[in-house]
Amino acid sequence: MIQADLSIVLPEVVLAVYAMLALLVAVYTGKDRVAPLVLWVTAGVFALLAFWIGVGGGGSRQAFGGAFIDDGFARFAKVLILLSAAAILVMSQRMLERLEIMRFEYPLLLALSVVGMMMMVSAGDLMALYMGLELQSLALYVVASIHRDSTRSTEAGLKYFVLGALSSGLLLYGASLIYGFAGTTLFTGITAAVTGQLPLGLLFGLVFLSVGLAFKVSAAPFHMWTPDVYEGSPTPVTAFFATAPKVAAMALFARVAHDAFGGAVGDWTQIVAFLSVLSMVIGAVAAIGQRNIKRLMAYSSISHMGFALMGLAAGTVAGVQAMLIYMVIYVTMNIGTFAFIMSMERDGEPVTDIRALNQYSKQEPLRALALLVLMFSLAGIPPLVGFFAKFYVLTAAVDADLTWLAVAGALASVVAAFYYLRIVFYMYFGEEGEALDRSMTPVNWLALMASAAFMVLGVVNLFGIDGMAAMAAEALVGR
Amino acid sequence: MDNLLSFVTFIPLLAAGILALFLRGDDAAAQRNAKWLALAATSATFLISLFLLAEFDPGNTKFQFVEEGEWLGGLKYKMGVDGISILFVMLTTFLMPLVIASCWNVTYRVKDYMVALLVLETLMIGVFCALDLILFYLFFEAGLIPMFLIIGIWGGANRIYASFKFFLYTLLGSVLMLVAMVMMYVDAGTTDIPTLLNHQFDSQALNILGIHVVGGLQTMMWLAFFASFAVKMPMWPVHTWLPDAHVQAPTAGSVVLAAILLKMGGYGFLRFSLPMFPAGSEVMAPMVLWLSVIAIIYTSLVALAQHDMKKLIAYSSVAHMGYVTMGIFTANQQGIDGAIFQMLSHGFISGALFLCVGVIYDRMHTREIDAYGGLVNRMPAYALIFLLFTMANVGLPGTSGFVGEFLTLMGVFQVNTWVAVLATTGVILSAAYALWLYRRVVLGDLIKESLRSITDMTGRERAIFAPLVVMTLLLGVYPALVTDIIGPSVEALVADYETALVAGSDTRLAQN
Repeated sequence: MIQADLSIVLPEVVLAVYAMLALLVAVYTGKDRVAPLVLWVTAGVFALLAFWIGVGGGGSRQAFGGAFIDDGFARFAKVLILLSAAAILVMSQRMLERLEIMRFEYPLLLALSVVGMMMMVSAGDLMALYMGLELQSLALYVVASIHRDSTRSTEAGLKYFVLGALSSGLLLYGASLIYGFAGTTLFTGITAAVTGQLPLGLLFGLVFLSVGLAFKVSAAPFHMWTPDVYEGSPTPVTAFFATAPKVAAMALFARVAHDAFGGAVGDWTQIVAFLSVLSMVIGAVAAIGQRNIKRLMAYSSISHMGFALMGLAAGTVAGVQAMLIYMVIYVTMNIGTFAFIMSMERDGEPVTDIRALNQYSKQEPLRALALLVLMFSLAGIPPLVGFFAKFYVLTAAVDADLTWLAVAGALASVVAAFYYLRIVFYMYFGEEGEALDRSMTPVNWLALMASAAFMVLGVVNLFGIDGMAAMAAEALVGR
Repeated sequence: MDNLLSFVTFIPLLAAGILALFLRGDDAAAQRNAKWLALAATSATFLISLFLLAEFDPGNTKFQFVEEGEWLGGLKYKMGVDGISILFVMLTTFLMPLVIASCWNVTYRVKDYMVALLVLETLMIGVFCALDLILFYLFFEAGLIPMFLIIGIWGGANRIYASFKFFLYTLLGSVLMLVAMVMMYVDAGTTDIPTLLNHQFDSQALNILGIHVVGGLQTMMWLAFFASFAVKMPMWPVHTWLPDAHVQAPTAGSVVLAAILLKMGGYGFLRFSLPMFPAGSEVMAPMVLWLSVIAIIYTSLVALAQHDMKKLIAYSSVAHMGYVTMGIFTANQQGIDGAIFQMLSHGFISGALFLCVGVIYDRMHTREIDAYGGLVNRMPAYALIFLLFTMANVGLPGTSGFVGEFLTLMGVFQVNTWVAVLATTGVILSAAYALWLYRRVVLGDLIKESLRSITDMTGRERAIFAPLVVMTLLLGVYPALVTDIIGPSVEALVADYETALVAGSDTRLAQN
């Protein structure tokens, strides 16, 4: 029995064991001198695991009495988490060295948080959910303040910790309410308890749980930590925050909503739709005044999470599919954009003011063009792939009679287009000013170009993502 | 050739790709190569598109040259043209070589300029050929990107404001259309335009937020499409982006904007609003007619007060587009024939007028009307050409401008006499502002010191205007060239519209 269980959670076990072994080895050998090696090996392990999970057997299996679910949905999310984590990790090498925070713990902390994320997307039980969430969060609190000499970074870590703890508390409170009223923490048990009219206690539990999860996906009105933490953390960490944890939290949200509360779709779609519209609007409006590109990306991610939540709010298979497609495209755009942001330097010092991009297109036409593509894609202008992400969620929302939400999202996207355009404006129309350094590591260059190429070439068939996402969504909702 | 249409659409994009990837450097030689390659590509596109015209069967009101392929999810890559769209394709391919030739003197970032124009051509042709809703939206909206860059990089002093206003204004209109398109997709289960043309959308009256909406869903979707096309057209009162964009855009940008991009709005009304939402159109048509009249009179008066030549022509464009919207929503044969004719003829005339401004702007670097006067003394050839297009803009019989205005007025007379009477005053007003502009710029004595050494048009400039002169006069004396091609398709459109209205009211009666 336990053997069968372990074989299902083997990828997570492998990653956890790797992280601890590597920690031991690095401590007893070169410590920070082996950090670059540890970083690359960790990225390699991520990629291998992604490959393993991706080509591994299909179907749906459960371990530990249903507390751990391995289905198409979980595998889709895990592959995305692992690949994006690997990409961000290899991109951050130079920046970490520049900031003198190339510690061997850094990649391993990320590995542990990835274990937590994999646990989250596979959770079939409130306890499993909480364990995954906390493992992920605790590792990230540390990573946020890894630049110990910087007050900004430590402040970011502290802020993230305090607000994260608060949200965990809310989530836990919701979970205990649900346990109290359903008599079980298993999602299948909760589904059985949810029949017809939702009991008041369960409804309260659901609300608290949603609030906790909204904190983690940084959906408005629980987004206040995002801009500060994004700005304060070292850029490689920001890049990581913007990608893998968002996927994990969003997937977990979908998991809880559909697996545990699949019988109460009408109740939670209202909550999710509310979070969605608020995130889209606040993300769009609040970013207008931002000059710091990291803060700008923070608000951009809030607004994008709003769109992804729109897919979830539909409460259908098509909605989950749209959400997954949205997350893949969002993560790809962010990898490209952060690959660029990490290379923004002047005289070896990192720069985050977007005004530094003045006439960048004259110095580096190709990189400017790639960033232009990414910006228009983030704004959702066709024919770039970012448009299709929005198209899928809009279709799902209209199909679920949430036309008002679709209209609100469409209008918010116009407001958001303004600040993406402004980056293009600085690069192409701006006054000539002090130039940025021209150096960029090959890895970052490749990530930027690949991400931009994805946005352009994806118009042909989205690289088949829609089909895979459809299968994953079917695995979650179709049962 | 089965995929002639795709060829025509994507040759410019291919050329843009070659330019962007393989042409290095920014010296004089590279700039010359870029221009010649762009000219060759656009000319080739035009020549190939002539095959389209030659093999097009006007009697057949179905879509022709249809290509179909699988795309994402339920979407399709489907292209085709009918009598309504083919001439817009021809207009685009015809004008683009002239546009490229008109920017021969540009020296700032020439390669990027050519790439932007070539990409824009592909997107513009695509708009008129797309037979899938989302494919249409893709081409329609993607055109904003190159145009934003053209205004922003090569534009005048206040280009930043103009480019942002242009982009955000048009995007705001379009996203509402996107939502409506998604609704159509969800409702009809397909994005195939020929299928949607035969689909009856629900026209049962609805109560939305306490407002009684006659025509129901159809009216709502009509309004969403209207938001996009009215801005694009542009109609009063959402025209304010156009004068800014025109004034700040470089000459080539202005020409493309006035001659082709504005026509997308009119084409959209004909392709989507009228046939797909007949009940909605019927409800809203009176509003459109009155908005059109206001546009014609108001913007003509505004044009009278302008000091900037481009701004004046921009306002005159808005006025002329008023005739187009008016003609379309008469929903009768003459009105729609006239609207299409007016769009094509305005494509030649406004394009030529902006080129005329470009000619003297290149020499004097100002568009202020007051800076000129008496040009006829130094530039006789220019004076002649400018006169011809001024007259065409006024709608003098014998030029193409007359036919379109006359047909639309005839169409609207059958629907609403008051609108027709008021719209006719626009003809007089257009004569006022156009002739006054001509008098101030070209006639009189040459008293401005700075103009003493101005030179007449070069051979290149004459060569650019020659085809435009020919087309304006040809369509003026022999309009059947156009009406023979569009006639059958328009007839079918009007017939379908009327059948759909009858069928729609029958179902509504049955439901009550």
